[in-house]
Amino acid sequence: MTKLPKAWYMDGRLRHLALADYEGTTPRWCPGCGDHAALATVQRLLRDEQIPPDQAVVVSGIGCSSRFPHYIHTYGFHGLHGRPLPIAEGVRARRPDLHLFVVTGDGDCCAIGTAHWIHSIRYNMKMTVMLFDNNIYGLTKMQTSPTTPKGGRSNTHPEGAPLSPLNPLSITLSIANVSFVAQTADWVPAHFASIVKRAHAHPGLAFIRVLQRCPHYMDHHWEPIQSDPRRQLLLFHPEGVPAQANDQRAFPERLEHDPSDLARAREVASRTDVWPLGVLYRNPCAERYDLDTAVGLGMSGADKLAALERELTQFEV
Amino acid sequence: MSSASMPEGSSSVAVQRVREHIVEFVCDSGEGAQTAGQLLGTVAAKSGHGVWTVEIIPAEIEPPVRSRAGASGNRVRMGRDAVTNMGDGADVVVAFNEQVLYSRIDVGAFKRGTVILLERKWAEDQSQVVRAAYADAIVEFGKVGYDVVEVPMEAECMRVVEDPRRGKNIWALGMVTWLYDLDVATVETELGKKLRSKGEDVVARSLELLSAGYSWAAGHLRFRYRVDCAPRDEARVVMNGNEALALGTMAAGIEVCSMYPITPATSVSHYLARSLKNVGGFVHQAEDEISAMGFAVGAAYAGKTPVTVTSGPGLALKSEFIGLAVMAELPLVIIDVQRGGPSTGLPTRVEQGDLLTALFGQPGDTPKIVIAPSTIEECFHDVVLARKLAETFRGPVILLSDANLATGQQPFRRPVPNEAWLSPPVDRCDWDPQVPPFAWDPETGLSSRPIPGQTGGAHVVTGLAHDERSRVAYESPVNQRAIAARSRKLATLFKSLRAPAIHGADHGELLVVGWGSTRGAIEEAVDRIRADGGAVSSVHLRFLSPLEPGLADIFRRFERVMTVEVNYSDDADDPTVPKEARRYAQLAWLLRARTLCDVECWSRVPGMPLPPGTIETELRARLDAVGVSSARSEGPPQGRGASA
Ligand SMILES: Cc1ncc(C[n+]2csc(CCOP(=O)(O)OP(=O)(O)O)c2C)c(N)n1
Ligand code: SF4
Ligand SMILES: [Mg+2]
Repeated sequence: MTKLPKAWYMDGRLRHLALADYEGTTPRWCPGCGDHAALATVQRLLRDEQIPPDQAVVVSGIGCSSRFPHYIHTYGFHGLHGRPLPIAEGVRARRPDLHLFVVTGDGDCCAIGTAHWIHSIRYNMKMTVMLFDNNIYGLTKMQTSPTTPKGGRSNTHPEGAPLSPLNPLSITLSIANVSFVAQTADWVPAHFASIVKRAHAHPGLAFIRVLQRCPHYMDHHWEPIQSDPRRQLLLFHPEGVPAQANDQRAFPERLEHDPSDLARAREVASRTDVWPLGVLYRNPCAERYDLDTAVGLGMSGADKLAALERELTQFEV
Repeated sequence: MSSASMPEGSSSVAVQRVREHIVEFVCDSGEGAQTAGQLLGTVAAKSGHGVWTVEIIPAEIEPPVRSRAGASGNRVRMGRDAVTNMGDGADVVVAFNEQVLYSRIDVGAFKRGTVILLERKWAEDQSQVVRAAYADAIVEFGKVGYDVVEVPMEAECMRVVEDPRRGKNIWALGMVTWLYDLDVATVETELGKKLRSKGEDVVARSLELLSAGYSWAAGHLRFRYRVDCAPRDEARVVMNGNEALALGTMAAGIEVCSMYPITPATSVSHYLARSLKNVGGFVHQAEDEISAMGFAVGAAYAGKTPVTVTSGPGLALKSEFIGLAVMAELPLVIIDVQRGGPSTGLPTRVEQGDLLTALFGQPGDTPKIVIAPSTIEECFHDVVLARKLAETFRGPVILLSDANLATGQQPFRRPVPNEAWLSPPVDRCDWDPQVPPFAWDPETGLSSRPIPGQTGGAHVVTGLAHDERSRVAYESPVNQRAIAARSRKLATLFKSLRAPAIHGADHGELLVVGWGSTRGAIEEAVDRIRADGGAVSSVHLRFLSPLEPGLADIFRRFERVMTVEVNYSDDADDPTVPKEARRYAQLAWLLRARTLCDVECWSRVPGMPLPPGTIETELRARLDAVGVSSARSEGPPQGRGASA
């Protein structure tokens, strides 16, 4: 990007935006890390939608995946471990104009940030939330996460994780006012892209769980699923991700799933034999808190002062 | 009822003119003493008096009736001049039963000669136990020197209404209206305003009760007072500190208040929840204080300087985000209405225990601005100030109020809000991409930032160590430079501050230093001693971080310097505490470190404001101990209540 003539850079609004316009600093994830694919997917979305880098904000927590904002050229906020959602809510509250993305990890979202996860779903403020679930704490070097399978060895559980993992999809689908839940994986880029596109267009909070490979600490962890197409269940529906011509080959297991059916979505989410990929639930009519928080935006100074005078008069003696 | 129908007080009763008086209404909770007290406070303010009212809050949420724990009500101190604190012993107390008085006695709320207007129905109560308790109390109170006047309140109310328990407070207010020769029409107007929402019937009945109380007093009381009044022509408002903080928030143009309920801060948000929308804002009740603070950080980042309102336990939870706001240089205002600590502590009570937490509560170096209002008026203006400081100096500003200011009511000059107080709209101009988002000025540490949406400004804010371009930087020189730049901002602000004003002479035997809500009581104590020729002065600090300049110079002009605070310290003469292990009050810690002067302290944690008389006694003892006369004029400090 910096190699482009300055005039081009300056006038990003006036010309076609290219992938290079969204390049941040060079990613420092391990080779083969699923986060690389995720980054490319979001960059392509911004390019495809021709969203100027200065109109987008990516908020993240702390973790390998939360390094994301540094590697993409938009406004970014690399915040605190577990707390990207409150920050994003604060951004959204008075800024309906910005394109807002949240990047979080399985430790970030499902352990330290659990309260915010639950409540952000209920607030349903418009943003695209991507949970990068590598089933491990990457950044801090391989500790058990709430999604680590039972028996999985880590530095905090060298004998194997003592408990069964929690299911982020089931949990999210059981929260009041949930409006969009999807699952994808870093190794199916086309699918990933169509999910992110759907999520970005969703009028509310879109929650995407991304199954993410961590070759550094969880080498071959997803391989049994990745290499066995029968363990991946493709969800298709005109209201979710529509069926594609070449689905057949990549995904022998397919299910036509109406994403407006919450009960079915919960059933699908809790299946243990297959990993569903697709939009599990979508309700474009859920209540949106960000519509409330934006009320009064743009009130003039004169109106504010007049209201203030009325307020003070109530206290006059 | 028209005010004309009020009988004139019998001419045989001479009106005693007083410079000031303290009146308390106390009863079981739910009997309306708070309402009566608030109305009296408003009427006194309207009549041009200086006023300070403070709520008497029961120790329990659902206290049993006729119990010590149940005392609920209001104290109104009214005077000719400005009144800055709750004062010492009450002059007149209206009580609906004798039991609630004991808890007031326990905290030293009365003095010899306090007139107690006591509901006398308990003398004929069905229960022998109640009758006996009442009779005992009358004897006991008489022995201590209180002047008990038994008043048939319910019996008299019953001439007007069927259920005297409802409206007795208004009858009592009528009695007090006569007692202080207050303008009846003003009382009626305020009563009407207060009860309007309850319907015309209630208002009409209340006016009758008011009149009945007034008439009874005129016919039966043998004493009457008039509090002197200084003419005032300026428009004034009267409110409590939390309302002032809320209105200040609105006047500052702050559109986002994110909070999680916590006593005694919540009523700020209650007010804002009703009114912030009138100036285009909203209140976000988050799932916890961490989230409330994160929400504020997000709003600040997106260009809307927010406020978040909390108390001690909440401040603790906000801590990690406060560090981030310092690191990422995001402007926001944190209001901490302090309560008793540590931990859950004394939720409704007064303490100044969060000072050092506010300054140093985060790991790592987190320089930030901390200010503390000392009057209700400052509660209002300091939010406007805090927002401006936050934006100019790009960081969080902590405003320390406390439970004393939160519930104390005081009239002050009506503020005149103006455009300059409102926060500027979000900048939508293009940003020159050559200008880094942290272009720290080497001298001031100041810089300006692009806000999301500004073309050319895209950058990543991070809590990691970063350079001017906000790029993660682990290099030693960069870290040194960045931390220095953030620190430099406090030095820059410091240079723009003035040395604090000295209350009293600018040199002498003893200088008292205070901060926050203790101002009125400290200055009153100092004035009393000065009136007797004692060489005492005081200084009150509004800026705690950075501290105001010139302190060491001021301190050197006094033989002794001490702080008076409502937080814990070991007493200097405590035989169980070795001298080197002594823990000082919080401001004293700071001042000792900052000035290298031997700053002494006297502090207590009674859960209540320190009365001026208590401070006075302590200061006199200090002077006496070093053989300097602080000769007290006749009588105890409470003597001020006497006729002028
Ligand atoms: C308050 C706090 N506690 C702990 C940490 C240390 N920490 C940083 S990232 C992390 C876990 C990251 O795991 P995950 O969210 O799964 O992200 P990943 O690295 O796997 O992408 C931890 C424990 C921290 N930064 N802050
Ligand atoms: S440790 Fe794992 S998650 Fe982190 S960058 Fe490397 S591969 Fe990716
Ligand atoms: Mg992880």
